[in-house]
Amino acid sequence: MNRNGAFSKAFNILFCAFMLAPIVVVLGVSFTPEGFLEFPPSGISLRWYEAILDNPDFIQAAWISLQLAFAAATVATLLAIPAALAIGQSRFRGRDALQAIFLSPLMVPTVVLGIAFLRFLSLFGLNGTFAGLTACHAIIITPFILRLVLAAVTGLDMSAARAAESLGAGRWTVFRRITLPAILPGVVGGWVLAFITSFDELTVTVFIVNPSTTTLPVRMFSHITQTTDPLVASVSSVTVIFSLALMILVDRLYGLDRLLIGEGKKA
Amino acid sequence: MTSRPWLLSGPALTLFGVLLLVPLAMTFVLSFNSFDFYEGIIPTASFANYAEVLGDGYFWEIFGRTFAIAAATTAICALIGVPQALILYRLSPAWRSLVVLIVIGPLLISVVVRTLGWAILLGNRGVINTALMDWGLIERPFRMMYTSGGIVLALVHVFVPFMVLAVWAALQRKDPATEAAAESLGASSFTIFRRIVLPQAMPGILSGSLIVFSMAASAFATPAILGGRRVKVVATTVYDEFLNTLNWPLGAAIAMLLLISVMAVMLAWNRLVERRFGEGLQ
Repeated sequence: MNRNGAFSKAFNILFCAFMLAPIVVVLGVSFTPEGFLEFPPSGISLRWYEAILDNPDFIQAAWISLQLAFAAATVATLLAIPAALAIGQSRFRGRDALQAIFLSPLMVPTVVLGIAFLRFLSLFGLNGTFAGLTACHAIIITPFILRLVLAAVTGLDMSAARAAESLGAGRWTVFRRITLPAILPGVVGGWVLAFITSFDELTVTVFIVNPSTTTLPVRMFSHITQTTDPLVASVSSVTVIFSLALMILVDRLYGLDRLLIGEGKKA
Repeated sequence: MTSRPWLLSGPALTLFGVLLLVPLAMTFVLSFNSFDFYEGIIPTASFANYAEVLGDGYFWEIFGRTFAIAAATTAICALIGVPQALILYRLSPAWRSLVVLIVIGPLLISVVVRTLGWAILLGNRGVINTALMDWGLIERPFRMMYTSGGIVLALVHVFVPFMVLAVWAALQRKDPATEAAAESLGASSFTIFRRIVLPQAMPGILSGSLIVFSMAASAFATPAILGGRRVKVVATTVYDEFLNTLNWPLGAAIAMLLLISVMAVMLAWNRLVERRFGEGLQ
């Protein structure tokens, strides 16, 4: 049932056009045969996709970004699951403060986080190292996972866990056989959201990379601010297609709105 | 039994303590140090950096521009995001999942990519100017790159999904029966919107505004690409102090002022909402 009037329908179309415009333009430009950014492209050419293969620094940056996002999302998930169980399943003194600390990376301006990490890591000579990057990314993305896992934990029916306990199951068995399967959709959704957030992160990362650990967003950012050739458009298009595939997968598995609606509770 | 929650959250708490709270405290201390071009950072304790920022019209202009951009972005996001959330709420499920993908999906695409798209659209020889000139509507290109207006437009695109999500979540919590009741009692659709729908969507609008404002005030990639060195905001100024001028203490002081002013706006906003609605935003 669609209860939108003609005006609403027109608004909806304009809004969707606004949301799609910059993405469509980037995809279009990437097919240009020319050496400059033109839209609509005067022809269809894969010239700038071939150019990616001649630029190993972009490929290396993409590889680093993938590894970093995988490592950071996994570390953050392993830390967030027990923390969410603690916050979600028990009442104790300091619980609210604990939750506030874990969600605080969302409240602090990212540029402040960036310089704080830079200051800390450079004192210990860890600036630009993969381990340093992973730890910093894990902190930034923990709130995203925590919220989704917390939502799953809070909605949990405890009777099965209690039944298992009364039948003599240990805590680890209860977790592995009962709790984890029940919260798994939240955990997977959180991991994916964290992976994407880490993969796209720029503002913090730009402060703490060195030339050998430059991530894809940082590489693209410095390319855009220095030159204007369509190479960055073809690289962007590849990441858009990657995001699109991931998005559709997530939408099927978990529901895109469910994954992101937690954002509304951010403040 | 009471130590179990702390045991479970211990690993995460350790990481956050060592790598978040300590670095933030160190940055705070850094902002009181001084900087010498030859000797680097000198561990003094003075308000000199803060005095330099607060006594210089150049920095006031940057802070003023940053908050003006953030306020304009928030207002436009509310103006277009609220109707869109309402439309989304009323769409049939099949259409809704498509529109959700279009409206919210861009959140999962890198801000760098989306800003690149706006740079291509807004340039003097960009898509919009070329089209307007081809149609004979304007004679000379209308300057949109390197202007605050261009940055606001792109930031609205980056952050409006958060507003739509927040309002949509609020609408889903509302009671559809109130709307039907008002309608059966003869209220016009405008009255229903003003007296029934808007008040119930208000918590979503207020929390959405808070999210958009705080993120727009500290946005980096979009102002850096679309504003360049000509239209500087606080985040790009901090970046320049840290990575170009290398005056870390001054950069830290600017960043601390940004943190304090954003926090102040958020607390004031929350206080306002509390007084109005009896409860704060979660």
